[in-house]
Amino acid sequence: MRGIEVRNIAKNYGEVQALKNVSVFFGENKIYGLLGRNGAGKTTLLNCITGRIFPDSGQIFVDGEPAIENDSAQGKIFMMGEKNFYPEGMKVRDAIKWTEEFYPDFDRDYCLKLAKQFGLNQNKKIKNLSTGYGSIFKLILTLSTNAPYLFFDEPVLGLDANHRDMFYKALLQKYVEKPFTAVISTHLIEEVSGVIEKVVIIKKGEIIRNQSVEELLSKGYTLSGSASAIDSFIEDKTVLGVDSLGGLKTAYVIGTIDPASLPAGMEIGRMDLQKLFIHLTNE
Amino acid sequence: MHFEDERPIFLQIAEYIEDGILMGAFEEEAQIPSTTEISLRYKINPATALKGINLLVDEGIVYKKRGVGMFVRVGAVEAIRRKRREAFYNDYIEKVIAEAKKLGLAKEDIIAMIERGYDR
Repeated sequence: MRGIEVRNIAKNYGEVQALKNVSVFFGENKIYGLLGRNGAGKTTLLNCITGRIFPDSGQIFVDGEPAIENDSAQGKIFMMGEKNFYPEGMKVRDAIKWTEEFYPDFDRDYCLKLAKQFGLNQNKKIKNLSTGYGSIFKLILTLSTNAPYLFFDEPVLGLDANHRDMFYKALLQKYVEKPFTAVISTHLIEEVSGVIEKVVIIKKGEIIRNQSVEELLSKGYTLSGSASAIDSFIEDKTVLGVDSLGGLKTAYVIGTIDPASLPAGMEIGRMDLQKLFIHLTNE
Repeated sequence: MHFEDERPIFLQIAEYIEDGILMGAFEEEAQIPSTTEISLRYKINPATALKGINLLVDEGIVYKKRGVGMFVRVGAVEAIRRKRREAFYNDYIEKVIAEAKKLGLAKEDIIAMIERGYDR
């Protein structure tokens, strides 16, 4: 089966269990969102998949082939990470050439076109790029590799709204022309919620959700009304959290509710991905 | 179209195209935007755009010309109107009545307002 399969991965840092027996599958030609709070284990998971660190136990397969310490499997993956792996004094122009050496399908013309579009100065040294242009530099390289599996760790860090917009468009444009698998780890959930097809939510080193965005959204509700009415109505429901404002109460509920069963005076609403995420990952 | 709207995005896409058909922006037998165009324009996953368009295919509002694209079926305007008329009570009237009851407005008050709206 084509895709990346992570099977029972665990990773500890001293006493801290960064990943606890994580299993997840990233299918071919789909765009995933990998969401989690700070310290949830997103980057650790991505680093394990891309061979930057080794898990303590478990296996990873790329298109059925073991990925750990396997160059041919790793050659199908490119990750735009938080950390730079280019020598600091290297110029953008040279880093492009260097990446081209390692990725035979690298599209140089496309890369230069994007660099121009984003206004990336190729004569600058990587260390002199601003946070925003540091991100832009890395995401342009990532999109240009033409690797079948692209991982984006905080791709829009430091980008202004116009550049973020350009990134999502560039990603989708590339995707519709020649589909690939993208895994986007980001804190800007609402921005990405329409772009991603599937969502993987990680909490304290464990995967708590792995499904299509639409399916997840279809199961989240808000119920608002008087506190007493809400309290009795939600007794038998799966409640993620409640907000109160005086005698008014809003409950965040998972499940399906028949609108006809709602008592008079109670209002039902949907939750967006960010709201659902907040309530699913709250302490 | 604004996706702060709580309904699933694919439904909003389908409705947006229907609106275009009702307003004459996409005439019968004319081509509608492709899933690629919709995906890039609204920065949404192409699978979502496709799902929206497929909904219109299932309802017989658009049809596929192989290798060319999606086209508005003859009779689409009438089909959309019929469908939306049927939904009008649930989508609008029920909400008006619920809000009116909350405010203590009588049936006669609502009817008077509707007449005032039509007279303008």
